[in-house]
Amino acid sequence: MTPDATGLDMVIDVTTAVFLVVGALMSLGAAVGLLRFPDLMSRMHAATKPQVLGLFLMLAAIGLQMRTWWVWPILVVAWIFQLLTAPVSAHMVGRSAYRTKHGHREKLTKDELEAVVQRAAAGQEPGPDR
Amino acid sequence: MKEAVLVVTAVILSLAAAGAIVRIAIGPSLLDRVLASDVLLAILGAALAVDMAMNRHLNNLMLLVAIAVIGFIGSVTFARFVADRRGESNDS
Repeated sequence: MTPDATGLDMVIDVTTAVFLVVGALMSLGAAVGLLRFPDLMSRMHAATKPQVLGLFLMLAAIGLQMRTWWVWPILVVAWIFQLLTAPVSAHMVGRSAYRTKHGHREKLTKDELEAVVQRAAAGQEPGPDR
Repeated sequence: MKEAVLVVTAVILSLAAAGAIVRIAIGPSLLDRVLASDVLLAILGAALAVDMAMNRHLNNLMLLVAIAVIGFIGSVTFARFVADRRGESNDS
Protein backbone atom coordinates (compact mmCIF):
# COMPACT_ATOMS: atom_id res chain seq x y z
CA MET A 1 0.00 0.00 0.00
CA THR A 2 1.14 3.51 -0.73
CA PRO A 3 2.14 5.53 2.32
CA ASP A 4 0.50 8.96 2.54
CA ALA A 5 -1.89 8.06 -0.23
CA THR A 6 -4.13 10.74 -1.69
CA GLY A 7 -6.68 10.87 -4.49
CA LEU A 8 -6.82 7.85 -6.75
CA ASP A 9 -4.21 5.99 -4.72
CA MET A 10 -6.41 6.35 -1.68
CA VAL A 11 -9.42 4.97 -3.56
CA ILE A 12 -7.41 2.00 -4.82
CA ASP A 13 -5.99 1.30 -1.39
CA VAL A 14 -9.39 1.41 0.29
CA THR A 15 -10.83 -0.89 -2.38
CA THR A 16 -7.92 -3.28 -1.89
CA ALA A 17 -8.42 -3.28 1.87
CA VAL A 18 -12.13 -4.02 1.51
CA PHE A 19 -11.45 -6.84 -0.96
CA LEU A 20 -8.84 -8.41 1.29
CA VAL A 21 -10.98 -8.26 4.41
CA VAL A 22 -14.09 -9.60 2.66
CA GLY A 23 -12.02 -12.34 1.04
CA ALA A 24 -10.69 -13.32 4.45
CA LEU A 25 -14.25 -13.29 5.81
CA MET A 26 -15.15 -15.83 3.10
CA SER A 27 -12.55 -18.16 4.58
CA LEU A 28 -13.95 -17.58 8.05
CA GLY A 29 -17.45 -18.28 6.76
CA ALA A 30 -16.25 -21.56 5.29
CA ALA A 31 -14.70 -22.53 8.61
CA VAL A 32 -17.87 -21.65 10.53
CA GLY A 33 -19.92 -23.62 8.02
CA LEU A 34 -17.61 -26.60 8.35
CA LEU A 35 -18.01 -26.55 12.10
CA ARG A 36 -21.73 -25.92 12.37
CA PHE A 37 -23.41 -27.62 9.42
CA PRO A 38 -24.78 -31.07 10.20
CA ASP A 39 -23.65 -33.29 7.35
CA LEU A 40 -21.20 -33.51 4.46
CA MET A 41 -23.45 -32.18 1.72
CA SER A 42 -24.17 -28.90 3.50
CA ARG A 43 -20.51 -28.58 4.50
CA MET A 44 -19.58 -28.84 0.84
CA HIS A 45 -21.81 -25.84 0.21
CA ALA A 46 -19.85 -23.76 2.70
CA ALA A 47 -16.46 -25.01 1.59
CA THR A 48 -16.70 -23.51 -1.90
CA LYS A 49 -16.88 -19.89 -0.72
CA PRO A 50 -13.16 -19.21 -0.25
CA GLN A 51 -12.32 -21.25 -3.33
CA VAL A 52 -14.31 -19.12 -5.76
CA LEU A 53 -15.43 -15.74 -4.40
CA GLY A 54 -12.65 -15.49 -1.83
CA LEU A 55 -9.99 -16.24 -4.41
CA PHE A 56 -11.57 -13.77 -6.82
CA LEU A 57 -11.46 -10.97 -4.24
CA MET A 58 -7.86 -11.76 -3.29
CA LEU A 59 -6.68 -11.85 -6.90
CA ALA A 60 -8.51 -8.59 -7.64
CA ALA A 61 -6.71 -7.01 -4.69
CA ILE A 62 -3.37 -8.17 -6.10
CA GLY A 63 -4.26 -6.77 -9.51
CA LEU A 64 -5.28 -3.44 -7.99
CA GLN A 65 -2.07 -3.15 -6.00
CA MET A 66 0.30 -4.08 -8.82
CA ARG A 67 -0.88 -1.06 -10.88
CA THR A 68 -0.06 -2.76 -14.19
CA TRP A 69 -2.20 -4.25 -16.91
CA TRP A 70 -0.16 -7.28 -17.88
CA VAL A 71 -0.80 -8.96 -14.53
CA TRP A 72 -4.58 -9.19 -15.03
CA PRO A 73 -4.54 -12.00 -17.64
CA ILE A 74 -2.39 -14.12 -15.32
CA LEU A 75 -4.79 -13.55 -12.44
CA VAL A 76 -7.79 -14.34 -14.66
CA VAL A 77 -6.16 -17.59 -15.76
CA ALA A 78 -5.49 -18.56 -12.15
CA TRP A 79 -9.10 -17.83 -11.21
CA ILE A 80 -10.58 -19.66 -14.21
CA PHE A 81 -8.45 -22.68 -13.39
CA GLN A 82 -9.95 -22.72 -9.90
CA LEU A 83 -13.44 -22.26 -11.41
CA LEU A 84 -12.89 -25.31 -13.63
CA THR A 85 -11.49 -27.62 -10.98
CA ALA A 86 -13.75 -26.78 -8.02
CA PRO A 87 -16.98 -28.23 -9.55
CA VAL A 88 -15.18 -31.39 -10.64
CA SER A 89 -13.77 -32.16 -7.23
CA ALA A 90 -17.08 -31.22 -5.59
CA HIS A 91 -18.87 -33.61 -7.97
CA MET A 92 -16.48 -36.43 -7.14
CA VAL A 93 -16.72 -35.87 -3.39
CA GLY A 94 -20.51 -35.57 -3.49
CA ARG A 95 -20.84 -38.67 -5.65
CA SER A 96 -18.76 -40.82 -3.36
CA ALA A 97 -20.51 -39.28 -0.33
CA TYR A 98 -23.86 -40.36 -1.76
CA ARG A 99 -22.62 -43.81 -2.69
CA THR A 100 -21.07 -44.44 0.70
CA LYS A 101 -24.27 -43.22 2.42
CA HIS A 102 -22.77 -40.24 4.16
CA GLY A 103 -25.04 -37.65 5.62
CA HIS A 104 -28.58 -37.81 6.85
CA ARG A 105 -30.72 -39.07 4.05
CA GLU A 106 -33.94 -38.37 5.96
CA LYS A 107 -33.15 -34.64 5.93
CA LEU A 108 -33.31 -34.45 2.15
CA THR A 109 -36.51 -32.93 0.83
CA LYS A 110 -36.12 -34.63 -2.54
CA ASP A 111 -33.85 -37.46 -3.63
CA GLU A 112 -33.91 -37.82 -7.39
CA LEU A 113 -30.73 -39.83 -7.56
CA GLU A 114 -31.92 -42.83 -5.59
CA ALA A 115 -34.17 -44.20 -8.32
CA VAL A 116 -31.36 -43.93 -10.87
CA VAL A 117 -28.88 -45.65 -8.59
CA GLN A 118 -31.28 -48.48 -7.79
CA ARG A 119 -32.11 -48.96 -11.47
CA ALA A 120 -28.43 -49.09 -12.33
CA ALA A 121 -27.71 -51.46 -9.45
CA ALA A 122 -30.53 -53.78 -10.55
CA GLY A 123 -28.93 -53.97 -13.98
CA GLN A 124 -32.16 -53.43 -15.85
CA GLU A 125 -30.52 -50.88 -18.06
CA PRO A 126 -27.04 -49.44 -18.22
CA GLY A 127 -27.90 -46.31 -16.28
CA PRO A 128 -25.53 -43.41 -16.04
CA ASP A 129 -22.68 -44.12 -13.67
CA ARG A 130 -23.31 -41.34 -11.22
CA MET B 1 -3.83 1.47 7.13
CA LYS B 2 -1.52 -1.24 5.82
CA GLU B 3 -0.80 -2.57 9.29
CA ALA B 4 -4.48 -2.53 10.23
CA VAL B 5 -5.47 -4.52 7.13
CA LEU B 6 -2.65 -6.99 7.74
CA VAL B 7 -3.68 -7.52 11.35
CA VAL B 8 -7.38 -7.91 10.53
CA THR B 9 -6.79 -10.38 7.70
CA ALA B 10 -4.24 -12.31 9.78
CA VAL B 11 -6.68 -12.68 12.68
CA ILE B 12 -9.56 -13.70 10.42
CA LEU B 13 -7.48 -16.21 8.46
CA SER B 14 -6.01 -17.67 11.66
CA LEU B 15 -9.50 -18.21 13.08
CA ALA B 16 -10.62 -19.79 9.81
CA ALA B 17 -7.58 -22.09 9.73
CA ALA B 18 -8.23 -23.08 13.34
CA GLY B 19 -11.83 -23.97 12.47
CA ALA B 20 -10.74 -26.05 9.50
CA ILE B 21 -8.13 -27.85 11.60
CA VAL B 22 -10.74 -28.61 14.27
CA ARG B 23 -12.97 -30.11 11.59
CA ILE B 24 -10.03 -32.19 10.32
CA ALA B 25 -9.46 -33.43 13.86
CA ILE B 26 -13.04 -34.26 14.82
CA GLY B 27 -14.58 -34.78 11.38
CA PRO B 28 -16.47 -38.03 11.73
CA SER B 29 -15.68 -39.47 8.32
CA LEU B 30 -12.85 -39.43 5.81
CA LEU B 31 -14.68 -37.20 3.34
CA ASP B 32 -15.24 -34.55 6.02
CA ARG B 33 -11.51 -34.46 6.59
CA VAL B 34 -10.80 -34.26 2.86
CA LEU B 35 -13.22 -31.34 2.52
CA ALA B 36 -11.74 -29.55 5.53
CA SER B 37 -8.19 -29.96 4.26
CA ASP B 38 -9.34 -28.54 0.93
CA VAL B 39 -10.64 -25.50 2.82
CA LEU B 40 -7.35 -25.29 4.70
CA LEU B 41 -5.50 -25.16 1.37
CA ALA B 42 -7.82 -22.37 0.20
CA ILE B 43 -7.09 -20.42 3.40
CA LEU B 44 -3.36 -20.90 2.83
CA GLY B 45 -3.76 -19.57 -0.70
CA ALA B 46 -5.66 -16.58 0.67
CA ALA B 47 -2.79 -15.84 3.05
CA LEU B 48 -0.32 -16.00 0.18
CA ALA B 49 -2.51 -13.64 -1.83
CA VAL B 50 -2.68 -11.17 1.08
CA ASP B 51 1.11 -11.20 1.27
CA MET B 52 1.40 -10.58 -2.46
CA ALA B 53 -1.14 -7.75 -2.47
CA MET B 54 0.35 -6.03 0.56
CA ASN B 55 3.99 -6.22 -0.47
CA ARG B 56 3.40 -5.81 -4.20
CA HIS B 57 5.18 -8.81 -5.58
CA LEU B 58 4.10 -11.84 -7.62
CA ASN B 59 6.49 -14.44 -6.25
CA ASN B 60 3.76 -16.66 -4.85
CA LEU B 61 1.45 -16.69 -7.85
CA MET B 62 2.71 -20.00 -9.23
CA LEU B 63 2.53 -21.43 -5.72
CA LEU B 64 -1.11 -20.32 -5.55
CA VAL B 65 -1.90 -22.20 -8.77
CA ALA B 66 0.07 -25.21 -7.53
CA ILE B 67 -1.97 -25.24 -4.33
CA ALA B 68 -5.16 -25.28 -6.40
CA VAL B 69 -3.82 -28.23 -8.41
CA ILE B 70 -2.84 -30.12 -5.26
CA GLY B 71 -6.26 -29.56 -3.68
CA PHE B 72 -8.03 -30.73 -6.84
CA ILE B 73 -5.95 -33.87 -7.28
CA GLY B 74 -6.16 -34.71 -3.60
CA SER B 75 -9.94 -34.37 -3.44
CA VAL B 76 -10.54 -36.42 -6.58
CA THR B 77 -8.12 -39.14 -5.50
CA PHE B 78 -9.67 -39.44 -2.06
CA ALA B 79 -13.16 -39.46 -3.53
CA ARG B 80 -12.25 -42.37 -5.80
CA PHE B 81 -10.56 -44.17 -2.92
CA VAL B 82 -13.68 -43.89 -0.77
CA ALA B 83 -15.97 -44.86 -3.64
CA ASP B 84 -14.04 -48.06 -4.25
CA ARG B 85 -14.63 -49.26 -0.69
CA ARG B 86 -18.36 -48.70 -0.51
CA GLY B 87 -20.35 -51.36 1.21
CA GLU B 88 -17.65 -52.30 3.69
CA SER B 89 -18.05 -49.61 6.35
CA ASN B 90 -20.80 -47.04 6.30
CA ASP B 91 -20.04 -44.79 9.23
CA SER B 92 -21.10 -41.21 8.83
